[in-house]
Amino acid sequence: MPKLTVNGVEVEVPAGASVLQACEEAGAEVPRFCYHERLSIAGNCRMCLVEMERSPKPVASCAMPAGDGMVIRTDTDIVKRAREGVMEFLLINHPLDCPICDQGGECDLQDQAMAFGHHSSRYDENKRAVEDKHMGPLVNTIMTRCIHCTRCVRFSTEVAGVTDMGLLGRGENAEITTYLEKALDSELSANVIDLCPVGALTSKPYAFVARPWELRKTETIDVMDALGSNIRVDTRGSEVLRVLPRLHEEVNEEWISDKTRYACDGLKRQRLDRPYLRKDGKLQPVSWDDAFAAIAAKLKGLKGAEIAAVAGDTVDVESMFALKGLMTGLGSPNLDCRQDGAKLDAMTRAGYLFNATIAGIEDADAILIVGANPRWDAAVLNARIRKRWLAGGLKVGVIGAPVDLTYSYDHLGAGPQTLSEVADGKNAFASVLKDAKKPMIILGMGALTREDGAAVLATARKIAESTGMLVPASKDADGNEIPAWNGFSVLHTAASRVGGLDLGFLPGKGGADVAGMLDGASKGKIKAVYLLGADEIDTQRLGDAFVIYQGHHGDRGAHRADVILPGAAYTEKDGLYVNTEGRVQMALRASFPPGEAREDWAIVRALSAHLGAALPYDSLEQLRAALRKSNEVFTEIDIAPQAVWGPFGAEGSMSETGFGTTIENFYMTDPISRASLTMAECTEVFVLPKQNRTGTEG
Amino acid sequence: MLRDEDRIFTNLYGWFDWGLEGARKRGDWSTTKEILSRSPEDIVEDVKNSGLRGRGGAGFPTGVKWSFMPKEVKDKPHYLVVNADESEPGTCKDREIIRNDPHKLVEGCLIAGYSMRACAAYIYIRGEFYAEAVRLQAAIDQAYEAGLIGKNACGSGYDFDVFLHRGAGAYICGEETALLESLEGKKGQPRLKPPFPAGVGLYGCPTTVNNVESIAVVPEILRRGFQWFADLGRPKNSGTKLFCISGHVENPCNVEEEMGIPLRELLEKHCGGVIGGWDNLLAVIPGGSSVPMMPKAVCDDVLMDFDSLREVGAGLGTAAVIVMNKQTDIVRAIARLSYFYKHESCGQCTPCREGTGWMYRVMDRLCRGEAEVEEIDALYQVTKQIEGHTICALGDAAAWPIQGLLRHFRPEVERRIAARKAGQPVLEAAE
Amino acid sequence: MSGIDIAENQPESFAFTSENMAKADAIIAKYPEGRQASAVMPLLDLAQRQHDNWIPLAAIDVISEKLKMPRIRVLEVATFYTMYNLKPVGKYFLQACTTTPCWLRGSDQVMKCIKDTLGLDNHQTSDDGMFTLLEVECLGACANAPILQVNDEFYEDANYENTAKLLESLKKGEVPEPGSLSGRNHSEPEAGAQTLLSYKDNEGTRSYDAKISAGETGEK
Repeated sequence: MPKLTVNGVEVEVPAGASVLQACEEAGAEVPRFCYHERLSIAGNCRMCLVEMERSPKPVASCAMPAGDGMVIRTDTDIVKRAREGVMEFLLINHPLDCPICDQGGECDLQDQAMAFGHHSSRYDENKRAVEDKHMGPLVNTIMTRCIHCTRCVRFSTEVAGVTDMGLLGRGENAEITTYLEKALDSELSANVIDLCPVGALTSKPYAFVARPWELRKTETIDVMDALGSNIRVDTRGSEVLRVLPRLHEEVNEEWISDKTRYACDGLKRQRLDRPYLRKDGKLQPVSWDDAFAAIAAKLKGLKGAEIAAVAGDTVDVESMFALKGLMTGLGSPNLDCRQDGAKLDAMTRAGYLFNATIAGIEDADAILIVGANPRWDAAVLNARIRKRWLAGGLKVGVIGAPVDLTYSYDHLGAGPQTLSEVADGKNAFASVLKDAKKPMIILGMGALTREDGAAVLATARKIAESTGMLVPASKDADGNEIPAWNGFSVLHTAASRVGGLDLGFLPGKGGADVAGMLDGASKGKIKAVYLLGADEIDTQRLGDAFVIYQGHHGDRGAHRADVILPGAAYTEKDGLYVNTEGRVQMALRASFPPGEAREDWAIVRALSAHLGAALPYDSLEQLRAALRKSNEVFTEIDIAPQAVWGPFGAEGSMSETGFGTTIENFYMTDPISRASLTMAECTEVFVLPKQNRTGTEG
Repeated sequence: MLRDEDRIFTNLYGWFDWGLEGARKRGDWSTTKEILSRSPEDIVEDVKNSGLRGRGGAGFPTGVKWSFMPKEVKDKPHYLVVNADESEPGTCKDREIIRNDPHKLVEGCLIAGYSMRACAAYIYIRGEFYAEAVRLQAAIDQAYEAGLIGKNACGSGYDFDVFLHRGAGAYICGEETALLESLEGKKGQPRLKPPFPAGVGLYGCPTTVNNVESIAVVPEILRRGFQWFADLGRPKNSGTKLFCISGHVENPCNVEEEMGIPLRELLEKHCGGVIGGWDNLLAVIPGGSSVPMMPKAVCDDVLMDFDSLREVGAGLGTAAVIVMNKQTDIVRAIARLSYFYKHESCGQCTPCREGTGWMYRVMDRLCRGEAEVEEIDALYQVTKQIEGHTICALGDAAAWPIQGLLRHFRPEVERRIAARKAGQPVLEAAE
Repeated sequence: MSGIDIAENQPESFAFTSENMAKADAIIAKYPEGRQASAVMPLLDLAQRQHDNWIPLAAIDVISEKLKMPRIRVLEVATFYTMYNLKPVGKYFLQACTTTPCWLRGSDQVMKCIKDTLGLDNHQTSDDGMFTLLEVECLGACANAPILQVNDEFYEDANYENTAKLLESLKKGEVPEPGSLSGRNHSEPEAGAQTLLSYKDNEGTRSYDAKISAGETGEK
């Protein structure tokens, strides 16, 4: 641990730290443009120059390793002049178009020009003009503003793993572009907008929409996948204008997927903003009371077994808990939160969690991916695997469809046969896992949403147990704690899934699962179905059942509904979500639901009174207290739990069919993203051409 | 004047056969096996003691540079990389070595490579030197065929390869880390230092980059003994040197001379003197375009070596002497260099990318007097804002010629501005 | 002028000839295993030589595949170095050095001669596609300034008159011996060398005699 002095303050920093990091440690602010903690070091902007004793020239602090006994100064005249000089150079060819620049108000160049620049320009020559580049539907370019920091090139190459961006030409004519101005084909592409320190790369969908100081910023949780990426939702009035990532080292670092960022325009379209009731075959607007009365009339006299409820993929824990309470009150055992039919059970929590944790991926040294396409199932998590892979020494094996994951892997096979071979130690990868210190299996929905899913689950469990994926906590020779390792990791795709499993939104004794409900409904045995934001089931098979749809979009479920209860989208309510790791996170309301739409738990609570089965809580707080009482996992917020190992899955025979992938189009996976024009454009640019090329539509 | 028997580059003008047979007649490859029977440390020690300083411009002691290489080959091979990207305006000496005495370079590679425990040498030659590359490749092929390099080179038991790599038009690749980037198949953008090439160089392996001339003189130093070389020239500025004289002399040429030869003697003895006579001399750039110029008063008695030239605020650089007589538009001469640096800036770091263009544009206006007098100071400040703030030395190289101009010829620049303001012609009808 | 100048009309495809493919493989073999990216510059040069002195985008694709490099990295290299032409050039690609050492010795006259004789300004190609003029930076032969490079060859000690003669020959399709247009030997002083005259090689051949016989055989 080198010790050095910064402006007279002695600091100790970890070995390998840079002088810049040491300066920060010592409380000395160092301006920078090209440097970014999560990218390789470029050292090209020269803004972070500091004075170092015995060096004749100021040094770039971002690139200089901190050394023992170094004496650094950031407060001298030389440093001040160096910064002013660099600032002046950066500005001479930068346009003075801040008033029309979307970066205005949140621009590093603007801020640092204020702090470190001259007050006027001495440059009398013509400024350089650079042609704008096409980079696809998400990233707007105004290349004249570019300061050549290459953050975007480094991000796309290193983090996103797509090598389409580069710096062409040289000298003052150098230009950032994608190859032949191709759209940047990555699910993480729009992060370059956040990384761009100036207004060269800005958000296309958000172009000229608002100024940062007009926006109300709400820190909340994303539901576009099961990661629970931490996001900030920016609103003006009731309108969500943009979604930005928030830092969470253990979940999403500071990245979000393009869907997380840009599906938000879907919040404005096809919204259910008042209750509807089907009369004479047509959905007619009605009052809440009429809607509730119609439901009450229909359910009256039905036996519990004739009623069923399905919870959708983006539903908050509280509304599922309320609906479960209501269904229990009505005597129905027919509950399911697994729209996709995943053969997960709730016998053991460790059996359905991503036990290794997302951050734990960085410790893994061998990963077996089964029936998952992490790049689409959880794009940000995939970047974490790539990060680990880039660090070296990681072996990856894939069983399932061979797709481009942005890192290299051994394709072991297509389906259960290969999985069995690994379980029986007959596949070479079994010894790779056994030899690894921290082996992992990532089990995707493609492996579980099939008839033999439970057997697949049991086989995966066997692999975990037989290849040393379950390492108990221990102590090293010096008595230091070595934490336990559990490499068995289920990769969910639905934000609500783990919460639903945790609170037992599952068939009760003798109850039907989704498949059973659809069977029952088409045979007339189930007479009423309550769809809580559930749009991913085959609504054709609901037969003559009376369908209550509670949700926020006029999507598949609403089209089939007999009663529509307008609910709130994820940005419009406070709620808990449990991510794939089992991490409970709290989402906060950023705006109000439109029209007469209401928060979902409250709708269920109100309906329960109409049905004469009033739920025992009148506020969200009371509901949460009941929730915590029902299951202690909900007591701790933002902790990735260490779940206890136990039995799960079911031995059985497995089919020979290969594991598929469950996501056909990354950009459209739920009612919000399906309503989004931006996602539609991405689909057209990125997804359809590939499907046409390979002929694998559907 | 250097005696003919002390010359190293005995085929500088190509009078003899450049090939292996001719080279052998001139003593090349004669005792290579014996040299290779010595320990690497021993050879490095001799090169240190010879006082040889790098001939590529910086003048860093060659033997010391070699001693930075790890003393054993661990998991990574060592490389010698020879910088034949001769692109510094005024410099044209390596071209003559390559086309007329290529075996001196090939033999030098083997010996230098051996003393640094390198497995191979990559010679990076500028792309425009096409005929020279063909010639050098032919010499390399001859050496392979004769068993002088390759497996068991010269029967020494040591395996050593020599490969030629052609550049493609980028002055910056003469910067050693840019050269390594280029050799690895990337844009020639200089690397951040540390790490230094001796630790992390070509392909991440320990590497030393040397100029052609530095390598080509090594066999002769070892054959004649380091003392011979050290006795030539002055202390710390020893040996012989190829001088490239261009510009306003009667007979521009390349010539090998003793270090420390007076500039005036160099020009008058070998080049027929300054066009129009010594008193018609305006200024000399003594070491390639990056070096600040010297006005005539300094030229009168300055000696041509590293330390003498540094003392007068210039530098030996590559010993490329650019002579300008009083008929020269001195502002235009420097403005043209400013254009050169703007053109050759790699664009990686801010001060150089933005500053070289700015300086050129101001210089261009100053040629015509289209400026305010205050802009001269602003220009000087801009050069200072670039100097010392860039990743590599190109920024400094772009700044110094302008600083030299303003130091010695500021009145001329001011005169042009005044003339223009007064509506008078800025330049007398020269030429 | 933008630094990135890529031809609008591009051929559909490009493939190395089998002879050049063999050359490419030999080039790749010069570099350690896994370091085949090092061959990108020689392969771009090879493509350019095969394809009328310019590199089509289809060749970028071929090279990127051959070297397992992303296309953008190949294009970065192709646009960084000035010797790669990404659009067609004339049969005789005139590269006139005008950097200070050449300028001091009269490169303006060379440029003027090209303008007078061919009507070309910098970056222009003659209508008949025979000549393209590019002003280039220091060619590294300053003791023989000014230099006019034609395709691969250096023509040295150029002035208005001998440049005119050279251009006339080229127009006729005759390519004169490269080297000094004034007839001088290499970078020896025009008035004759003052050095090396007494040097004798191991066989006793005096350099002065070697010079005379080299002059007689025309060997340079």
